[in-house]
Amino acid sequence: MEIRPILASLRKHRIPAILIVLEIALACAVLCNAVFMIGQRVVDIHRSNAIDERGIGVITVDGSDPKMASSDIPRNLGRLRGIAGVQAVAVTNTVPLSNNNWGWAFGATPDSRFNDAVNISAYFLSEGGDKALGLQLLQGRFFSSDEYADSKRGSMPLVDTHVVIITQSLAERMWPGQPALGKVLYSKPLAYTVVGVVADVLRPFVNSQKAWYSTFFPLSPDGALSYYVVRSAPQDRDRVVRQAQQTLSELNPIAVVKGHSYTDIRERYFANMSSMAWMLVLVCVVMLAVTAFGIVGLTSFWVQQRRRQIGIRRAVGATRGHIMQYFQAENFLLSTAGVVIGMGLAFGINLYLMQHYEMERMPWYYLPGGAIALWLIGQFAVFGPARRAAAVPPVVATRSA
Amino acid sequence: MFDYYLGLALRSLRRNKVLTALMIVTLGLGIGASITTLTVLRLLSGDPLPQKSARLFYAQVDPYTKDGYEAGKTKPQRLIAYTDAMNLLHAHQADRQVALALTDARIAPLRSGEHPFFSDGVMTTADFFTMFDAPFQYGGGWSAADDESRAQVVVISDFLNDKLFGGASSVGRIIRVNDHDLRIIGVLKKWAPQPRFYAQELGGRSYGDGDAVFLPLQTARAANMDPTNDDCWAVADITKLETAPCIWLGFWVELSSDAEVAAYTQFLSNYAQQQIALGRFYRPEVALSDLMQWLRNEKVVPDDVRLQAGLAFGFLLICVVNTVGLLLAKCLRRSQEIGVRRALGAMRREIFAQFMVEAGMVGLAGGLLGLVFAEFGLWCIRHQPAEYAGLAHLDVHMFLLTFLVALVSSLVAGLLPAWRASQLAPGSQLKAA
Repeated sequence: MEIRPILASLRKHRIPAILIVLEIALACAVLCNAVFMIGQRVVDIHRSNAIDERGIGVITVDGSDPKMASSDIPRNLGRLRGIAGVQAVAVTNTVPLSNNNWGWAFGATPDSRFNDAVNISAYFLSEGGDKALGLQLLQGRFFSSDEYADSKRGSMPLVDTHVVIITQSLAERMWPGQPALGKVLYSKPLAYTVVGVVADVLRPFVNSQKAWYSTFFPLSPDGALSYYVVRSAPQDRDRVVRQAQQTLSELNPIAVVKGHSYTDIRERYFANMSSMAWMLVLVCVVMLAVTAFGIVGLTSFWVQQRRRQIGIRRAVGATRGHIMQYFQAENFLLSTAGVVIGMGLAFGINLYLMQHYEMERMPWYYLPGGAIALWLIGQFAVFGPARRAAAVPPVVATRSA
Repeated sequence: MFDYYLGLALRSLRRNKVLTALMIVTLGLGIGASITTLTVLRLLSGDPLPQKSARLFYAQVDPYTKDGYEAGKTKPQRLIAYTDAMNLLHAHQADRQVALALTDARIAPLRSGEHPFFSDGVMTTADFFTMFDAPFQYGGGWSAADDESRAQVVVISDFLNDKLFGGASSVGRIIRVNDHDLRIIGVLKKWAPQPRFYAQELGGRSYGDGDAVFLPLQTARAANMDPTNDDCWAVADITKLETAPCIWLGFWVELSSDAEVAAYTQFLSNYAQQQIALGRFYRPEVALSDLMQWLRNEKVVPDDVRLQAGLAFGFLLICVVNTVGLLLAKCLRRSQEIGVRRALGAMRREIFAQFMVEAGMVGLAGGLLGLVFAEFGLWCIRHQPAEYAGLAHLDVHMFLLTFLVALVSSLVAGLLPAWRASQLAPGSQLKAA
């Protein structure tokens, strides 16, 4: 295919050509960044969480008398175990993605505080908490009955024990490349020895890369424990949650009792993010449609303007295919110019967003991805007008204008 | 002359319905998206107390230790400790001063058989209502003496009053909050400043409903009500937050002149120095930000909302470029008509005006359609899970802005095609015809 006549013709119609290039460039820049943002959100929404999300229900009991915890909690747990279909129950101080964070900072050496300490989230579990949550042990062991029974909290922010189970991500952060078992987490004057490492569990409140810095401590019945976790087969879950909520509400009349399946908790946590992602998808689709229609409009006009030239070309021997190819090649050239500028623009916007927002660097493959999308859109949009051009009969050449 | 252009424009727009519709829809989509996102952005970055925000200041001092401290670099903590709140409160160095924290208040039902429920509560001090212009429907707030004597009183919101007492004056009635009987001394009118500036850093949401109960700080603490957010710098008994090494209060002052602001900043610095001398503090940094500055520091407007607005304007730009192209196509197709008009004596200026009128009409139609899209967009946002969702409504300003944006974008889009049209030489067009 000869390119020079196309270039010559484009030079004559400089302004429409520039407009198409500009539109494609802008669309490419916005598309790359929007798709990247969608991708990031999809990754965030699907963060792994190594608990039995589908089988767990969570019932919160707020406002019961903390002084009665030592008798209330065993009684509540006992009644929950009696519900048909319940496989395991326990009570914790919070659950992943509940937005109720119990945070603390730990270091790897006895003196570390603030400077080199790592912010973590603490989960306090009553006996059987590992089974109720469905934690996945990778190394070491879960807590023993004695460790649960001996651990008290009183009015302290952390518990009075010497053992801790941590997630794999936290183990790698604290002691990169070393086995974590037997190592000690320090926060003066407290020290906890790592007895187990579990697969990554999300924190109650997730941000950036530190989403999985979770720790688990044993705790005997205590006022801090107010999230009852009931585990059952997924098909029994909703009924179990309803029954558990009713049971706990009858047992604790002065408390506010609410039950949810864990999948609901997770969905609610990410609801904002997913609606933002859908909005971005909508913008991308509408924007591509607008761009496509713009190309259709301008090319149609072009075809109409050049009916005579097309007729002459047909009269001197060009086939319909040649004419089609001509417009397709022309669009390809314009799209190429557009996406080259667009990729630069997309990169620039990404840099700007990185400076002003919590945005990561866009991986390189988004750029050719956006380029290919716009090439396809361009070819798709030009198809109709090009076919109409190809349908121009040679006889047009003989008529005046 | 304008009438004539209008007529010409109408005729021309009607002649090419598909192209016209395409232009109007494109522009309408771009404008709809921009106005929707701009409305939300404006709403979220608004001034919660426009009549007063310039006189309200958020004070910060830093009781943290030398751990992690870098002189000159470390900003003061965003909350303060109880001891400092009380010291600053009792110093009376500002026109008014308020310490506050948020809490979950468990409210017992009035009738037996119903369940207790949690409501958002504010534990604060006497000046809260006058300082933040919270209006009363019935009764009033409490006094500084009530603060000190831990008076068993409470102020409730209009919506709690409606829920519990059917909207009648409940002043003098008793409600049971966290198992303590409190006497209602005031009922607020509807009061929910947006953003919820006073809730920042205290563990509350930034937008949405107002709080339901307001209690004297010491009364609430005596009833074992805990702040929603606290931050401790050492292991300690967290039931005794008054003496624990923890920060959990926000502190606001009202100052009426620049001189007072300077004086108060100096007072805070002196206070920090004095506490360093006493061995309580290590860090001398203090801060005093006016309300709007504090909201900016807090980055209260979610990043997503600003990204959406940016994206929408990017989209509008694409729509404008698209409209330029389509208008150009339309007007170049009419070269002959232009040639005839020019030959009959129309000036370049007149051709230009004619095409600008046409562009303006497309803009107005696009604006009208944009308004429909914006209303639809805002309706969608109201059904989103975001905490600000219920607030998203189009106001008069945004209504007018819609047409301004529409007209400006269409006229900008029309400039190039109209200029090109006016530059056509009459001769060549006539000859070709």
